Amino acid sequence: MPREDGIGAALRRKEDFRFITGRGNYTDDIDRPGQLHAVFVHSPHANARIRSIDAEAARKMPGVAAVFLGSDLAADKIGGLPCGWQIHSRDGSPMVEPVHPVIAVDHVRYVGDQVAMVVARSRREAQDAAERVEVDYEVLPAAASTADAMSPGAPQVWEQAPNNVCYDWELGDKVAVDAAFGRAKHVTRLQLVNNRLIPNAIEPRAAIGDFDRATGEYTLYTTSQNPHVIRLLMGAFVLNIPEHKLRVVAPDVGGGFGSKIFHYAEEAAVTWAAGKLRLPVKWTADRSESFLCDAHGRDHVTTAELALDENGRFLAMRVETIANMGAYLSTFAPAVPTYLYATLLAGQYTTPVIHCNVKAVFTNTVPVDAYRGAGRPEATFVVERLVETAAHEMGIDPAELRRRNFVAPDAFPYQTPVALQYDSGNYAGSLDAALAAIDYKGFEQRRAASAAKGRLRGIGLSAYIEACGIAPSAVVGALGARAGLYEAAEVRVNPTGSVVVFTGTHSHGQGHETTFAQVVAERLGIPAENVEVVHGDTNRIPFGMGTYGSRSLAVGGSALSKALDKVETKAKKIAAHMLEASEADIEFVDGKFTVAGTDRSLAFGDIALQAYVPHNFPHDTLEPGLDEQAYYDPKNFTYPAGCHICEVEIDQDTGHVHIDRFVAADDFGKIVNPMIVEGQVHGGIVQGVGQALHEGCVYDAEGQLLTGSYNDYSMPRANDVPFFEVSTQETPCPHNPLGVKGCGEAGAIAAPAAVMNAVLHALAPAGVKHLDMPATPRRVWEALRAARVPAAAE
Amino acid sequence: MPTVSMTVNGKQVSSEVEARTLLVQYLREHLGLTGTHVGCDTSQCGACVVHVDGDSVKSCTILATQCDGTEVLTIEGLAEGNGPLHPMQEAFRDNHGLQCGFCTPGMIMSAIDLAKRNAEPSEKEVREWLEGNLCRCTGYHNIVKAVMAGARAMNAAS
Repeated sequence: MPREDGIGAALRRKEDFRFITGRGNYTDDIDRPGQLHAVFVHSPHANARIRSIDAEAARKMPGVAAVFLGSDLAADKIGGLPCGWQIHSRDGSPMVEPVHPVIAVDHVRYVGDQVAMVVARSRREAQDAAERVEVDYEVLPAAASTADAMSPGAPQVWEQAPNNVCYDWELGDKVAVDAAFGRAKHVTRLQLVNNRLIPNAIEPRAAIGDFDRATGEYTLYTTSQNPHVIRLLMGAFVLNIPEHKLRVVAPDVGGGFGSKIFHYAEEAAVTWAAGKLRLPVKWTADRSESFLCDAHGRDHVTTAELALDENGRFLAMRVETIANMGAYLSTFAPAVPTYLYATLLAGQYTTPVIHCNVKAVFTNTVPVDAYRGAGRPEATFVVERLVETAAHEMGIDPAELRRRNFVAPDAFPYQTPVALQYDSGNYAGSLDAALAAIDYKGFEQRRAASAAKGRLRGIGLSAYIEACGIAPSAVVGALGARAGLYEAAEVRVNPTGSVVVFTGTHSHGQGHETTFAQVVAERLGIPAENVEVVHGDTNRIPFGMGTYGSRSLAVGGSALSKALDKVETKAKKIAAHMLEASEADIEFVDGKFTVAGTDRSLAFGDIALQAYVPHNFPHDTLEPGLDEQAYYDPKNFTYPAGCHICEVEIDQDTGHVHIDRFVAADDFGKIVNPMIVEGQVHGGIVQGVGQALHEGCVYDAEGQLLTGSYNDYSMPRANDVPFFEVSTQETPCPHNPLGVKGCGEAGAIAAPAAVMNAVLHALAPAGVKHLDMPATPRRVWEALRAARVPAAAE
Repeated sequence: MPTVSMTVNGKQVSSEVEARTLLVQYLREHLGLTGTHVGCDTSQCGACVVHVDGDSVKSCTILATQCDGTEVLTIEGLAEGNGPLHPMQEAFRDNHGLQCGFCTPGMIMSAIDLAKRNAEPSEKEVREWLEGNLCRCTGYHNIVKAVMAGARAMNAAS
């Protein structure tokens, strides 16, 4: 019998109460007794040698406890920030992996690079003192452009990386691809820029380091998506603190989107400083600092080609990408434009051969790493822009062209030519649902109506597939990952029948305190209200890998499911003992244990109590207690897929792109809470719209970030987007116990291509052939003008 | 150092503060009311919105001294202790108008001001009113629904 609070229910969130009443516990809300405040001094230059640092005046300022330099950490043998994924170039050589000191010692390599940490009694005293730290820089030319990083004569970011190349990687069969292009009847070729973005979670990063003299235990409170990963990286590689002496707490976190995965300098610095000063040290970024110190996302320059036969069947795809790593390798960075990108270039299609070459480059810019979608938005943009453009070039309807090339529903498991094997899917189903939802047939009529008002209307499709549920450890280990990506869960049943779930995942908006409770409610037949979900504290949850890559239900929920299996098994043993029956005869349905074929039964609560008040258990075969732990390592990635369609109307006088309607038809496998899933899709779509129409980092030739605050970096607002129509179909994942695929990144993955395809469709009759993201009003207006007056534009 | 006195959530408070203290710093650091959040430094994000003498105000862009003698209402002041939630708070929960919760206090306070001036705001009116409140999680879809529902509930109750 379906429960009101079980799997599939749109249960209102349990965690909301504290957020809507202002009782959230975010890192900056936390104060530790006696705490000092840290402020960092940042390099104002993109590339410079540090000749000297004079901190004496700063040290003498009121309230200052210390000014720490990179040399202080070096003297303590503090390690550099590690990279968690090693990529090899096509010649077999490992990627160039420069040391990333926590605080720069003799060279700064991007505007924002930390050069000193001032610790004082109050934040304002620390800020005042930070302004008195004098750094003598020898300014050097900077490499600030992704496209030009490898040009002869470009400034070198690292001596050991000639031409600024970090690695030169490839995937696929180049010979077969080139041969297929030789046979093509039509080739579509695009030069695409995937614009650099800043994740901009509304909560700025913060960290509090603390040290307990009595026990020698360090504690770090941090705005992280994965406290256990931070404990591992910081403890083992940076500060040399054994894991049982290092507690990492990620309390309420105000959004992450990937930017709060990585182990950042500030986390290590405040933890180390707390040990030196024997007082808590607290740091909170202000937004301008976040722009310079949070990892940025995307930043690819790509040439992509699709070869088709005369019927529009895809013969081959050829992709060359330059991917910006920034000045240092951030935690996941090398994997994002390789194994999270090139492996998705088959899209939903049966393209038989594909080749992708990726050259990752260093530049004197903020390090680049995963941001919502991490490689899959970039891949989807390439594939879906190629497919849509090919359709228009060949005069084939874009939906029809896709149909001719979809992997058929009966062709699974489907081995792509780019390593991944898709397990299940129904791509035509999502396409049909999306076409109906947007009233595709009525488009031409709507276009005519817009034209009558002097406006340009366009419609764009994006049929995406992605690989998430990060990750099957054996697979990613073979590909260079330096850690396993399993997940852990413990289910502790209390004597009075309530349950506490300890999960290694972390909720920073995804609603796990509700969805995980729903999974337990469904299985154990107890109210979700009686299930508490604990996450975010390495002292309470021994191991875990955190939340990113749409993994929490797919991997964390599967670990939970396995732990519930163990609870059910043990509970049946107890029930069998209490009912004096054999275990094999016990059935467990809707929270009741019944002896098969009889009406003798016990409720879950009876079992729970008996587990802890075991009067006559046969103790050599049945222990008291009902508390089970499980680890889950996925067998494969999961493959959510779907179709998003966007329709825009463009004002030719202002260049403003109005999104008239946007529909999404997705397949996330089994859905635990449809309300939460829709919310994830809405949020992802708007981040995708942000990339397509509003956002983009601009660096000048000297490596200065010109878009350094919300004044210059345009975030999508409520009046920039409409309501969305979101629907789902469920083809369950065949290889995890819940059948879930994950949904957190889909919107950000699909939307940019849908929006840009619509914009270019609208602009095509006006003669505009190409436009990069973001399609801001100014850039649209300029493109229209250039197309109308080509001679004058020269 | 100047002394500021004001009523915050119905309680009289009075403190000596540095002249440069922003209202949001006063609320968070001096009064321990951490429900009001700081999300930016250019007055765009709206996570800091509170009410000063009944009007929604960005507390990051006003000095504590400017609020001397005023009545300030923060997110913590909307519901008493274990008492019933404000209809706008309920509307946010009921419509899944929040995910990470960081922008939420500012959204709710801003929405309440709109609903006091406009008993039944349209979708367009809500979206334009919220231009000063950024959210990165929800895509605004459910926030707009929540505000419209909250406004109806607020004005039905009165």
